[in-house]
Amino acid sequence: MTVEPLEAAGAIEATVAAPVAGATGLTFSYPLPAGRRREVLRGVDLAIAAGELLALIGTNGSGKTTLLRLLAGTLRADAGGLQLFDRPASGWSRMELARRIAVLPQSLELPSGFRVGELVTMGRLPHSRSLFGATREDEEAVERALRDAAADDLASRYAEELSGGERQRVLVAMALAQEPRLLLLDEPTLHLDLAHQVSLLDTIRRLSRERRIAVVAVLHDLTLAAVAAPRVALLDAGRIVADGHPDEVLTQQLVHRVFGVAVEALRDSAGHRRLVPVIRPMA
Amino acid sequence: MRAAAAVTPRTLVGGPSLTKASLVLGGGLLLLLVAGTVALALGSVGVGLGDTAAILGHRLLGVPAQVTWSAPAEQIIMEVRLPRVLTAMLVGGGLSVAGATFQAVLRNPLADPYIIGTASGASLGAIAALMLPVLLPGLAVGAASSWLGVGAVQVLAFGGGLGAVLLVSAIARAARGGAVTLLLTGYAVSSVLAAGVALLMYLSGNHLGAIFAWLMGSLDGAGWRNLGLAIPLVIVSLLLLLARWRRLNVLLLGEAQASHLGVDPHRERLLLTGLASLATSAVVAISGTIGFVGLVVPHLLRLAMGPDHRLLLPASLLFGAALLALADLGARLAGGIPVGIITALIGAPFFIGLLVRSRRVVVGNS
Repeated sequence: MTVEPLEAAGAIEATVAAPVAGATGLTFSYPLPAGRRREVLRGVDLAIAAGELLALIGTNGSGKTTLLRLLAGTLRADAGGLQLFDRPASGWSRMELARRIAVLPQSLELPSGFRVGELVTMGRLPHSRSLFGATREDEEAVERALRDAAADDLASRYAEELSGGERQRVLVAMALAQEPRLLLLDEPTLHLDLAHQVSLLDTIRRLSRERRIAVVAVLHDLTLAAVAAPRVALLDAGRIVADGHPDEVLTQQLVHRVFGVAVEALRDSAGHRRLVPVIRPMA
Repeated sequence: MRAAAAVTPRTLVGGPSLTKASLVLGGGLLLLLVAGTVALALGSVGVGLGDTAAILGHRLLGVPAQVTWSAPAEQIIMEVRLPRVLTAMLVGGGLSVAGATFQAVLRNPLADPYIIGTASGASLGAIAALMLPVLLPGLAVGAASSWLGVGAVQVLAFGGGLGAVLLVSAIARAARGGAVTLLLTGYAVSSVLAAGVALLMYLSGNHLGAIFAWLMGSLDGAGWRNLGLAIPLVIVSLLLLLARWRRLNVLLLGEAQASHLGVDPHRERLLLTGLASLATSAVVAISGTIGFVGLVVPHLLRLAMGPDHRLLLPASLLFGAALLALADLGARLAGGIPVGIITALIGAPFFIGLLVRSRRVVVGNS
C-alpha cells in the first residue's frame, strides 16, 4: 500500500530514460472452443522508457489491443518475459499496477448522472487513503489532471451532456488522475474530428515531454502516427516487424507488404515525408 | 452514516458538496425521527406524543420522569410498537441499501435485493418450516418450535436465502461470466426454488393461509428476539457496503475499466452481492418478502440527488428506514393488511410521477 510521491522533487529527473516496460519474446493466444487456441502475439520484443512516446500501428487483428492489455497487466502472457518498471509483470498486484499504469480504452460508456469532476475523481481510487473524503493530494491530482487534459472547464458538466471531443478529454483526465508513469491509449482519436485529433495528440505529446510519462498509443491513421510520434512500431500478425523513426518504419515497401495498399511518399511544405495511399480516381 | 457528512468542502474536484450531503442526510435523519415517533404514538390504542416521548426517555435513556402514563401504554410502546418500528426501519433500510448495491453491481435498473435468488430461497426455507408438521409428522415439530431461541421459520428462511445466493454465486463463478451470467443464473436457480415453493403450497392444505401471509411480507411477528438476531448481521454488512462506495462507483464504468483502476470485477461483484444478500436474508427472515422498497427507494434517491454511492448508500438507509416505518404504520391503521400492499399501492404511482417528470436517466449509461 505504498504510494510513491511521483511529483516529489528529484523524482522526475530520476526517471529520465528509466525503463518502464520491457517485453521479450512475448506470446499470447486466446482459447477457442474444442481446446484450440488462436495465436495473437508470436514473440514480441519491445522496450519503452520514461518520457517516450510510441505509436503502435498495424492492421486489424494484428494484436495491437492484446499487446496493450498485456502491458497493462490485465492479461497474462503464455510465454516470454514482461518487465514492468523494476519487477516482472507477475510480481505486481492489480492495485499496485493501477497506481502506475493508466489505460484509455477504445470505448468506455460513462455512467450518467455523474459530473465530470466526480468521474475524474474515480481515477484516484488506486491512491485513495481516506474512507469517505478526498485527501488534499487527491484534489490536487484531479485538478492537475483536468488542466493537463484541457478539461477543467468541463468539471461541473454531466457526462451525458458531453460531445465526442469533450468525452475524450474527460477520459484522458480520468487516466491522468491515476498519476500513471505508463499511459496506454487504444485508438484515442477514434470518433474525433480532425481538429480534436490534432489537439488530443498535442496534449499527449506535451504530457509525455513535461511529465515524463511513457506513452504507447495504438493509432490507425499512419499519417497522424508519423507526425505525432517520434517512434513507431509496426505490428504484423503478432510480430513487431519494424520499430524506429517513422521515416524508417513507414517505407513504401513495408506499408505495401503489411497493409496491402500501395502508397506514395510525398514531401509536405515543411519538407516532412507524408504517406498517401494510391487511390485511382473514378473514371 | 454520519461520516459521509464530514467530506471535504467541494472544490473543482467532484463529489457531493457539503451542503448537499448535509441536506440529504440531515433531511433523512429528521424524516426518520418523525416517522419513528409518529409510528410509535399511533395505532389501535393511541398513546399521546408526550407520553410516548416520556416513556422512551424513561426506559431507554433513564431520564427520571413522573409516571403519568398507564402501565398498558408502557407495555404497548416498549414491547409491541418499539420492536415493530425498529424492525420496519431495519428492514426498509437494509432492503434499500441492498437494492442500491444490486442495481450498481448488475448495472440493471430492474435489480432489487431479491434478484439473484434470496427471495425464492428464503421463501422455500420459511414454507418448509411452516409445513414441518406435514413434512415430518413423526417428529412432532412445528413452526412454533425454536432452535437456539429462534423460530424455525426465521432460521430456515435465513439459511434458504443465503444458501440460494451462495449457489448462484458458485455457478456464476464457475462460468467465469459477467453481470449478465450472474443475473441469468439467479433467474434459473430462482425458478427451480419457486417450483419448490409452488409444490409445497399445493401440498399445504390448511397451512396455506400462513404461507400466503409470509410471502406477502408482514411485520406482525416483530419482537425483540428476532430483531436482536437480525441487527448485528444487517449492521455489519451495511457498514462494509458503505465503506466500498468507491468500488461501487467504479463498477459503473464497466469491468475493463474497473480492473484498470485496480479492482478485480469478478471478485468485487461476488463480495458486494454476498454482503447485500447477507443483509437481505437477515431482514427477509424476520419480515418475509416485502417488495418494492428495495427496488424503488434507491431509484427515487438517484433521481433526486445523483448516483454517487458515497451519498446514495447512507441516504438509502435513512429514507428506506423512514418509508417502511410509515408504510407499516399505514398497514396497521388500515386494519393490519400486509405492509407490502401499502408500499406498492402508494409507492408505485409516486415513482411513476417522478419518472415522468425527471429527465434524468434512472441507471445506466449516457
